[in-house]
Amino acid sequence: MAHGPAKGFTRWLYTTNHKDIGSMYLWFSFAMFLLGGVFALVIRAELFEPGLQIVEPELFNQMTTMHGLVMVFGAVMPAFVGLANWMIPMMIGAPDMALPRMNNWSFWILPFAFAMMTSTLFMEGGAPNFGWTFYAPLSTTYAPPSVTFFIFAVHIMGASSIMGAINIIATIMNMRAPGMTYMKMPLFVWTWFITAYLLIAVMPVLAGVVTMMLFDIHFGTSFFDAAGGGDPVLFQHVFWFFGHPEVYIMILPAFGIVSAIIPTFARKPLFGYSSMVYATASIAFLSFVVWAHHMFTVGMPLAGELAFMYMTMLIAVPTGVKVFNWVTTMFKGSMTFETPMLFSVAFVILFTIGGFSGLMLAIAPADFQYHDTYFVVAHFHYVLVPGAIFSITAGVYYWLPKWCGNMYNETMGKTHFWTAFIGLNLTFFPMHFAGLSGMPRRIPDYNMMFADWNMISSVGAFLFGAAQILFLFNVIATIRGGKKATDEVWENPEGLEWTVPSPAPYHTFSKPPQVS
Amino acid sequence: MSSNQDNAVEHEEYYVPEQSKLPIFASIGLFLTVWGAANWLNGDANGPMYFFAGSLMFAFVLWNWFSIVISENIQGLNSPQLKKSYVIGMAWFIFSEVMFFAAFFGALFYVRSLAGPWLAGEGEQGLGNDLIWPGYEHEWPVMTTPDMAANGDSATMRGPEQNMSNPGLANWLGWLPFWNTAILLTSSVTCHIAHGALKKDNRSQFNLWLGLTVLLGIAFIILQIEEYVHAYNEMGLTLESGIYGATFFLLTGFHGAHVTLGTFMLLVMLLRSVLKGHFKSDDHFGFESASWYWHFVDVVWVGLFLYVYVFG
Repeated sequence: MAHGPAKGFTRWLYTTNHKDIGSMYLWFSFAMFLLGGVFALVIRAELFEPGLQIVEPELFNQMTTMHGLVMVFGAVMPAFVGLANWMIPMMIGAPDMALPRMNNWSFWILPFAFAMMTSTLFMEGGAPNFGWTFYAPLSTTYAPPSVTFFIFAVHIMGASSIMGAINIIATIMNMRAPGMTYMKMPLFVWTWFITAYLLIAVMPVLAGVVTMMLFDIHFGTSFFDAAGGGDPVLFQHVFWFFGHPEVYIMILPAFGIVSAIIPTFARKPLFGYSSMVYATASIAFLSFVVWAHHMFTVGMPLAGELAFMYMTMLIAVPTGVKVFNWVTTMFKGSMTFETPMLFSVAFVILFTIGGFSGLMLAIAPADFQYHDTYFVVAHFHYVLVPGAIFSITAGVYYWLPKWCGNMYNETMGKTHFWTAFIGLNLTFFPMHFAGLSGMPRRIPDYNMMFADWNMISSVGAFLFGAAQILFLFNVIATIRGGKKATDEVWENPEGLEWTVPSPAPYHTFSKPPQVS
Repeated sequence: MSSNQDNAVEHEEYYVPEQSKLPIFASIGLFLTVWGAANWLNGDANGPMYFFAGSLMFAFVLWNWFSIVISENIQGLNSPQLKKSYVIGMAWFIFSEVMFFAAFFGALFYVRSLAGPWLAGEGEQGLGNDLIWPGYEHEWPVMTTPDMAANGDSATMRGPEQNMSNPGLANWLGWLPFWNTAILLTSSVTCHIAHGALKKDNRSQFNLWLGLTVLLGIAFIILQIEEYVHAYNEMGLTLESGIYGATFFLLTGFHGAHVTLGTFMLLVMLLRSVLKGHFKSDDHFGFESASWYWHFVDVVWVGLFLYVYVFG
């Protein structure tokens, strides 16, 4: 175990090392982020002005679908798994992940799954065009033939997610260094622990729902066909039973990342550690009983609407605890604003905006107005872009010096931040207004009255896209050289990962450290 | 291993395998399998070829993977801590399987208790009855699909001509699901007895009871096939029989697939014991995980028996 990585490209194919696998996850996720970003820019280019200019409506639908699928399953989820791979063993003092070969398998399924998913763009009848939520019967009776490939791609990426999650749970339960009790674990480890549980609980349900689709399409069953006694609404229930916990799968690890970064740059310990743990667990629990708030307008009994409305609003309580704790951690701290901190502070503010618009949507009677408008698009992009994406970016800047031993270029990092910050607000803030005044989602053309908001959004989107090129450039430059990072990298950061050299040796903690 | 003797008291070496070719080839095998399956379903003539090539490759990789893991354990590379990782892994894998079945049970409950009655006019959603399916009456099992209710003989969504539901307690002795329940419950007991024998290091008893478990598993599968043949040929109950056929065949079918896999796992364990003398009284997680899996499919069956058959 003492030696370094193997030579040649087979190092990456055959590796069992959590750092190698973490890097592959992160690079894969960034590639998917750019691909999904290109799809988004096609959408924004078409929506720059009213009328049909660039793409046919059919291709537009494929773009909205593929953008969502690639970003959710290809960019955000693998990025968090990549960070988990890199950081969890180092944070708990483990020599590697608990099941290293399965770890590599979890990763290598993904490129195949997404090759299959992306290849549908070139198939007869085009790529999936029914939205990333693939509601039946759009995704069954009226779907293009490529839906079969989509279904199997979802199956194998689900297998990848489940194996990855099992690995993370086994690592956290079994590989903690002596003295690293559960309530001493860094919050990133805690949030991932709970996320992994969510993944194992809901990815099989996703597999179940696509299996029902497969049988409806190819074997004559009528799960989602009312003529046979099934119900298209059944699809929505099963899908959102997966889909809502999925939303938290994409945000809980983000909570962990900013909970690591904010104390470092506020130079104060995290306020309310144990309440953070309990809040995370409460959010995870509640995520299983709120799914129908995505379907208020589908025709549920009033009792159902009310129950799901109140449960959903309850989530604001643990989320509020978290935001309170982050703000209190910063309160009277000796704050500095290096790039990771900028992204984290922006996370707290903008994620809270996304949370508030979520509360608005949670109100069932109001949701009848907002449903399927750009207000919903604005809401979930505010939680996903400055939420998930910003936290991942913050995490990369925060830990990159530990990974490659060099400091990133701070000026370029800050430029990246401000470009992205302005770009995303320009893109998504106007969508609130367009949505409130009635602009529907997933349409390639729109009424003249929405023209101004859409033009601003499109400009912002291209700015945001350009910012990511800067990010790529900065990361590559940092890997290739730059000022040497110290072992601690930052000023008195907390955590075992800062006790090992920078760059972190290929194998860390072959003997576990003693945690006091 | 020996260089770490001084440290061994508080820490044993956790075995991290060197590079492994297994994962990438497993991924290629899995990809070819699903790529072939999708092409096959979409009517591409090359689909079956990719599918079978991929499945073969995948099976070959799994064979190697398991044999490597077994030989590592025999070589003594697996510390108690590493063994615990496998235990945790299997436990959570079974939990994921539970959630897979939960999706289908959820679909059954939803259609049966909510969507169907609403369509027939119950509750505040009852408007649908007049507007969508005038005169539709819900019953479970759905013998008359809405399509039949609305279009009569010209309906394309046929209901099942007969269903698999409880024929009444007096007739249980001639009712196949009852016997399947008896077989599967018995097999869980025999599997448990085999486990007890292994813990007492009684090899011949272990082989005997495990062999019996495998036979009961095979008997269950045969009866299940018989039930399907009967359903298709004599009862007019098929996958196309509306929502009842869909839930019936997917729930029992996925369960049957899991029983088949579980029987295969137990058979492999039996062969390992008989041919190779594997397993020790205090080190037999390979067998134990297969037995966990077996008890899990048994529990799923109890749920099926109750909600698909008895109260079906």
